[in-house]
Amino acid sequence: MTEPLMKLDGLTKAYPGVVANSDVSFNIAAGEVHALLGENGAGKSTLVKTIYGLVKPDSGTMTLDGVPFSPAEPRAARAAGIAMVFQHFSLFEALDVAENVALGMENPPPMRDLAQRITDVSKTYGLPLDPTRIVGDLSAGERQRVEIIRCLLQDPKVLIMDEPTSVLTPQEVDVLFETLRKLKSEGTAILYISHKLEEIRALCDHATVLRLGHVVGTCIPRETSAREMAELMVGGTLHVPNREAGAVGETLMKIKGLSALSPAEFGTSLKDVTLDIRAGDVIGIGGVAGNGQDELLGVLSGEIRVGPGQISFLGQDIGHLPPDARRTLGICAAPEERMGHAAAPDMSLTENAALTARKRKGLTKNGFIDWGKTRAFAEEVIERFDVRTPGPGNAARSLSGGNLQKFVIGREILQDPQILIVNQPTWGVDASAAAAIRQALLDLAANGAGVIVISQDLDELMEISDLFAALNEGRLSKPRPAQGLTVDEIGLMLGGAHDMEVAHVD
Amino acid sequence: MIALEKRPQPSQFWTFAAPIVAVILTMIFGAALFGLLGKPPIEALGKIFWEPLFGEFNFFYLPQLLIKGAPLVAIALGLSLGFKAGIWNIGAEGQYIIGALCGAGVALALYPMEARWLIFPAMLFAGAFGGFAWAMIPGVLRVKFGTNEILVSLMLVYVAEQLLASMALGLMKNPEGFGFPGSRNLSQYSSASSWIDQSNGMHWGVVIALIGVIFAYILFAKHILGFQIKLAGQAPRAAAFSGVSPARLILFCLGTSGALAGLAGLTEVAGPAGLVSIDFNVGYGFTAIIVAFLGRLHPVGILFAGALMALTYIGGDVAQSSLGLPKAAIQVFQGMLLFFLLGVDVLTNYRVRIKQGVVA
Repeated sequence: MTEPLMKLDGLTKAYPGVVANSDVSFNIAAGEVHALLGENGAGKSTLVKTIYGLVKPDSGTMTLDGVPFSPAEPRAARAAGIAMVFQHFSLFEALDVAENVALGMENPPPMRDLAQRITDVSKTYGLPLDPTRIVGDLSAGERQRVEIIRCLLQDPKVLIMDEPTSVLTPQEVDVLFETLRKLKSEGTAILYISHKLEEIRALCDHATVLRLGHVVGTCIPRETSAREMAELMVGGTLHVPNREAGAVGETLMKIKGLSALSPAEFGTSLKDVTLDIRAGDVIGIGGVAGNGQDELLGVLSGEIRVGPGQISFLGQDIGHLPPDARRTLGICAAPEERMGHAAAPDMSLTENAALTARKRKGLTKNGFIDWGKTRAFAEEVIERFDVRTPGPGNAARSLSGGNLQKFVIGREILQDPQILIVNQPTWGVDASAAAAIRQALLDLAANGAGVIVISQDLDELMEISDLFAALNEGRLSKPRPAQGLTVDEIGLMLGGAHDMEVAHVD
Repeated sequence: MIALEKRPQPSQFWTFAAPIVAVILTMIFGAALFGLLGKPPIEALGKIFWEPLFGEFNFFYLPQLLIKGAPLVAIALGLSLGFKAGIWNIGAEGQYIIGALCGAGVALALYPMEARWLIFPAMLFAGAFGGFAWAMIPGVLRVKFGTNEILVSLMLVYVAEQLLASMALGLMKNPEGFGFPGSRNLSQYSSASSWIDQSNGMHWGVVIALIGVIFAYILFAKHILGFQIKLAGQAPRAAAFSGVSPARLILFCLGTSGALAGLAGLTEVAGPAGLVSIDFNVGYGFTAIIVAFLGRLHPVGILFAGALMALTYIGGDVAQSSLGLPKAAIQVFQGMLLFFLLGVDVLTNYRVRIKQGVVA
């Protein structure tokens, strides 16, 4: 092997109370896609921030192209050929693509030239993007392309990508991977951070695994199973949810011919959705984001009211009932967006416990809130679901995304619902916590509840579902037993082939 | 470079310290302002803050404090409900006028009947209802048609003022008033007077304001409705998910604030003001907006803020008459108070960091 493009040697960074990186060393070669793996809080972010000049290491050295490299600030890192696509975009929605790109450049060329260069780069790398479009109108995937193109215009030697696929649809992921492979073939090194192990296996040449700030292992992802990598990350045997085919009971909820207009301006309206939920069932609903997932959750939680005869629970028509009344009946839900939807960011966890649990946990009496009881419930959620926080008095926004997710899911599960609907239950949650959440969902079903899991993570759905259905442009395919479904069949369902039954005779 | 950094938690310290720091800053800059106007700054501050409370004539000013503070507190309490939920009732002045007109209308219609047990409660009800109904106009329009409640409620203030003028000069004019504009004097009509103890400034409006503080405190500390109001203001989607009906919340907040403003108007017209006159309203409905924010939308805070605001009014009058300070200077002084409060308030949620170098 030739001299590596970038060498990290003994990088250490301590914050008060925690060592974020301890003696981290590895090399990245030109034209290599290098994965950085680790649970939440393993030190991945600190490490890439160090490379990008946002964090100054306490000790250790970096070399780039054989030259010592210690960027004092991101500008110096960019000048040396490091580019980074952050997980959260920093774009101005009111400006167009070219203007946004210009804002991120040191010396932007005249607008006309820039637009031409953006078009060129987007063609070269297969990232379709019109420089004159307003960013506010772009999808998450297109916004990410703006960020990527902004980086590519600098001709980077090393491109850092922080969880780039978490906001993308599978098709967009494919486009992104094509681009990354092309960059790799041109000799660009890519440092790739992700939770999604299958992705890493498909894309990356090497992986470095971090745990609690230390490098705990390296592997070649293609030759290592996802499970082995996950076990390296968590440092123990990964608890895979065990699926016991529980007895399926009576039908709890019937959805029949349900149609609902989306309240959001660019939302997807639901069309003629039919589904029966039986006690003990875990129904996985897959689909590309934006095909009516939010709306389906809204219709079931009661945020979107529908006409008579479309949803019934134990024979009772419930389409007109508001969320609180449905919770009283035993229908709980956990929406995808944690901040501002499932939880109020500025309120304490205790207050957030009262947000949904007040009816089922009897937290109010004659409208008066029993704060002692509410606090106790919040503490129970924190303890049972291993939410990392100093206490229930802390504001929801002070929690990391994964921890808040654990709180939100735990809050619903501990209400012992008869029907639970969750959207993206393990989004942004690390492997061991995700496994715990899945197990809790399965336990709930085993105890006789009906569980609907809406997710874009097909592996997750296959792991826990009894029945699988797909949402496509607001239509729900007929649910089929998850066991024995092939990838091709799932692909067809996701693509909207609803009359699969014709082609497939059991 | 100075940067503002969002705190993970709102600072407990600054939540309490901000109003105090704001008052101190207002005093410093106010003193500078008075100094530049050629008036003795310390003496001016003394006239505003000291004289009414502890001066020689405080037996006259202290009752004034109750009289001016009560409507401010009552109206601000109502407004704070809506403000917490992101519902902006800017038209409390109009609701105050209509409440006064409705309540006074009941009393004038029954004059000179002697039945306080009937007339005064009926007036209270009519006053509350008048304010409530006037606030329901922007409320229903918003719920049904999505109109902007800020504009509608504000515009209705001017409608209410016209109505007031028309009443003072027409329907409600005192038939024994020798042609002067204005109604009969209600404070001298024993069945309708809202005075409890005129020499001490005690009237029913003060009682209502204090009861309101207690109720609002319980509402926000203990009741699910207060929780839902906060939730709707902070995270509307989470509120909808929790099961809060936005329409009902809008009607409740506007209705309650209208009713409180109406009650404040009624107790004013039947007491301190005494009669329905063209210039009956003096801007309590607008000043109460400042009081609500100065008290950080907290019931107890509003109580203090109302007292402080009333003090600057009375003290301002003292400074005007004894030092010849222009009225505008007093208004600037009051404006500074809100300005500094909102400015210092940033520190509750943000901390100031002085950074070296620039982070892109």
